[in-house]
Amino acid sequence: MDRQPLLSVRDLEIRFRMRHGDLTAVNRVSFDLARGDRLGIVGESGAGKSVTGFGILNLVSKPGYIAGGRLLFEGRELTALPEEDLRQIRGNRISMIFQDPMMTLNPVLTIGTQMVETILAHRAISRAEATAIALDRIRKVAIPSPQKRLQQYPHEFSGGMRQRIVIAIALLNSPALIIADEPTTALDVTIQADILELLLGLCQSEKMGLILITHDLAVVSQVAERIAVMYAGTIVEIGPTAQVAGNPQHPYTRGLLGALPQRVPRGGRLNQIPGMMPTLTRVPEGCPFSNRCTLCEEVCRRRVPPLEPKAAGCLAACHLLD
Amino acid sequence: MNTDTLVSIRDLHKHFDISGGWLDQLRFTGGRFARRKTLVQAVNGVSFDIMEGETVSVVGESGCGKSTLARTVMRLYPPQAGEVHYRGRRIDHLSREQFKPYRTRMQMIFQDPYASLNPRMRVRQILEEPIRFHRPKTSGSEVLDRVAEIMQQVGVDPEWRERYPHEFSGGQRQRISIARALAVDPEFIVADEPIAALDVSIQAQILNLMMDLQEKRRLTYLFISHDLSVVAHISNRVAVMYLGTLCELAAIDALFDRPRHPYTQALLSAIPRLGAKGFQHQRLTGDVPTPIDLPSGCVFHGRCPHANDRCAREVPTLRPQGQETLVACHGVAEGRLPD
Amino acid sequence: MQGWRGFRKSYFVYSFLRDPMAMGSFLCLAILVMVSFGAPLIAPHDPYDSSTIDIMDSEMPPLWLDQSDARFLLGTDSQGRDMLSTMLYGMRVSILIGLGAVALQAFMGIFVGLVAGYRGGRFDAFLMRLADVQLSFSTYMVAIFFGALFQAAFGMGRYEQLAVPLLVIIIGFAEWPQYARTVRASVLAEKKKEYVEAARVIGLSPGRIMWRHILPNTLTPVLVISTVQVANAIMSEAALSFIGLGMPVTRPSLGSLIKAGFDYIFSGSWWITLFPGVALVVLILSINLLGDWLRDFLNPKLYKA
Repeated sequence: MDRQPLLSVRDLEIRFRMRHGDLTAVNRVSFDLARGDRLGIVGESGAGKSVTGFGILNLVSKPGYIAGGRLLFEGRELTALPEEDLRQIRGNRISMIFQDPMMTLNPVLTIGTQMVETILAHRAISRAEATAIALDRIRKVAIPSPQKRLQQYPHEFSGGMRQRIVIAIALLNSPALIIADEPTTALDVTIQADILELLLGLCQSEKMGLILITHDLAVVSQVAERIAVMYAGTIVEIGPTAQVAGNPQHPYTRGLLGALPQRVPRGGRLNQIPGMMPTLTRVPEGCPFSNRCTLCEEVCRRRVPPLEPKAAGCLAACHLLD
Repeated sequence: MNTDTLVSIRDLHKHFDISGGWLDQLRFTGGRFARRKTLVQAVNGVSFDIMEGETVSVVGESGCGKSTLARTVMRLYPPQAGEVHYRGRRIDHLSREQFKPYRTRMQMIFQDPYASLNPRMRVRQILEEPIRFHRPKTSGSEVLDRVAEIMQQVGVDPEWRERYPHEFSGGQRQRISIARALAVDPEFIVADEPIAALDVSIQAQILNLMMDLQEKRRLTYLFISHDLSVVAHISNRVAVMYLGTLCELAAIDALFDRPRHPYTQALLSAIPRLGAKGFQHQRLTGDVPTPIDLPSGCVFHGRCPHANDRCAREVPTLRPQGQETLVACHGVAEGRLPD
Repeated sequence: MQGWRGFRKSYFVYSFLRDPMAMGSFLCLAILVMVSFGAPLIAPHDPYDSSTIDIMDSEMPPLWLDQSDARFLLGTDSQGRDMLSTMLYGMRVSILIGLGAVALQAFMGIFVGLVAGYRGGRFDAFLMRLADVQLSFSTYMVAIFFGALFQAAFGMGRYEQLAVPLLVIIIGFAEWPQYARTVRASVLAEKKKEYVEAARVIGLSPGRIMWRHILPNTLTPVLVISTVQVANAIMSEAALSFIGLGMPVTRPSLGSLIKAGFDYIFSGSWWITLFPGVALVVLILSINLLGDWLRDFLNPKLYKA
């Protein structure tokens, strides 16, 4: 095993060009992902988690752009690569899974055609070989009667089955990393559990890295080895799952956990974080969480807290922790 | 009938005709034309009572008919069959005019805070409308006071009453939606997935608000949700629905401590649990059948690990199991399900 | 005052100011509308006042050609009327008919679309088939039929008096299904939304829900098609006038001016038909360009695809 991480994100900054100047959607985000490692990015809507996911693929759509930072993937700097090379990496070395399977699937082509085309776009092999690979992947995602299913169109599948096919397509070229953006949010709980289990199993058996982006802390805690909590464009806490989910350090993470009904006795009052996440135009100076934090002190309003090692292998961005 | 039964739902059926116009219904079969309707059987014979002051939740996955049930109770849809009683009086067959007094007693909160407020109306107009409609004699200043008072109660600054909905965040809009429901002083509120579209920290705010209001105003809730951990937190009793039928109706502790129906068991096991490593949920085989072609017998038999011939033939009825549980399952009734 | 300041800062004004095409066409349209409605004040002559018209002045060329007269900037027509003044008055007639016809279309179409969309069922099916039947007759066919019928029944004299309201009604009737379909489509989308259910839960009557809740939310597409429809109505009127079924020559619109001049085009008096023609094209073009911009602005999804 090489010591170099699969993906190394350093001070990633993504901005959106707006009418009244630029908005910073992702602010100096840094993390590493080792080969076969699973990282969960959690946050509420507007925290910048999806933009981060797109940023890794250098796929931020206009008016957004990567304003700074480095993205080292398998030793290559993604921000400096020409579009042609990036396209070879996307769908080949890094695959992406979205919340809505129809973002990946073309409604007028059969599943088989789509899968074969995807393989042929990246590899010089025969159609028969490509079909064999497609069949193998369909089997891997546990879809019954794969031969028949390849002939069908996306609308003939249920929501859960479609998401399985999207996973199968993501697996086609044996990528080293899968970025899954809310892959189960649109699904029912029973199907969600099936899909997550499948994704987890595949990552383990194929030695794939996974970045799971979701709003659901419980979901991440079941799949990821490490969790990064995002708030208003910054990572406020990152650490091993047991630590972040069991003994969070940052006041925001604590507040978020306290708001989960699971953690409170039935019928009791839920912990509520006052206010709401600031819109990107109104992120407070200093610590972005300072205006909602019950522990806020003078220093929090003045200086941005750095993401520093705190207790038990956790990194947190808070002045008040040692 | 129990004296403190507030709402009672009896054998309610709701079908939707999706076959389109008259021409679309024509089918050529067996050498001649015949008109055939395609029906979505969204709710099939659901019965239960809601006691005054309690919260009954209806849970189930998408397409199980829980929202349709809520809307049929609220008379947004006319039922095909069955009855709805309110304080012992049958209300499902009343005319719009006769039903009007009940509109002040039963109100509804909706799922999507972005669609449930008219984007062209100011918050003040949204909140004034129900008051002026049901109490036309109220003077202008009284209406304004009332609006300010409700806004205060749900935690929205009354100073903002001249703003439009798009100027508010999702959580605040949901508060305004709750305020609109409360404007006519109802005693029964149907909440259709009121927090599903909100972020976790905002969900907690709205749930707390709903529980506070229940305490202050002695409200009765029919709470529709797909999220079992939320349901566990807020309800007294839970009704589990699958494909338009009731599988299990139980007091909250009984349901979570000892789920009886195989579907309830699968559902409970699939809740994502904070800090659990990996997955131990019960896998269900196959997909949910469509409500157009309902399976024979028990609607769950095709996916049930314990199904036998009887389940495929005979529709199970709700039978009491223990103190606080009603289950519709042959396996449970026969005692052949493992505990 | 605050409303005005808010409007000036709004995204509407911002994107308008950033689009030179929209600005240009708006400016063009504004000038045309102003001069045509200000015609009695700014036109050098009054084409409706026969005492000022001298047949000796007929077919004078525009000012920059030989044999022109300093009184007539753009020359005169075959009856000796000042072209510029006649065009300004004519454009006023054209715009009035266009606006009137669209107002009638919109009124009928919105009413039918709203009721059909909200009530649904057989009622909806009936009204929409009616709209289909109406649409399958071309506007011109309807207009020619009724125009000719009216002329035959009441005679030319009466027709000339009633030409404007008659054209408004004919063109208005011919195109109401456009509005009905557009409004019905957005009513169908709106009525599924939860705010409509909330209004029903309050107990409001269907009429009030349609009028107070649904209608204001369906007006955006109505605004967009209105621009196109005004341009279409002006074109229809011009076309009808051109074939002699529109405005009479005594109270000419742009269309009847073009027609009147067309007879003289081969005798060398090209200006009688060209100037009104150019005015018509500029008018229609600026309305359409403005309509395009409005559609793009109100439906930003078009860009994202």
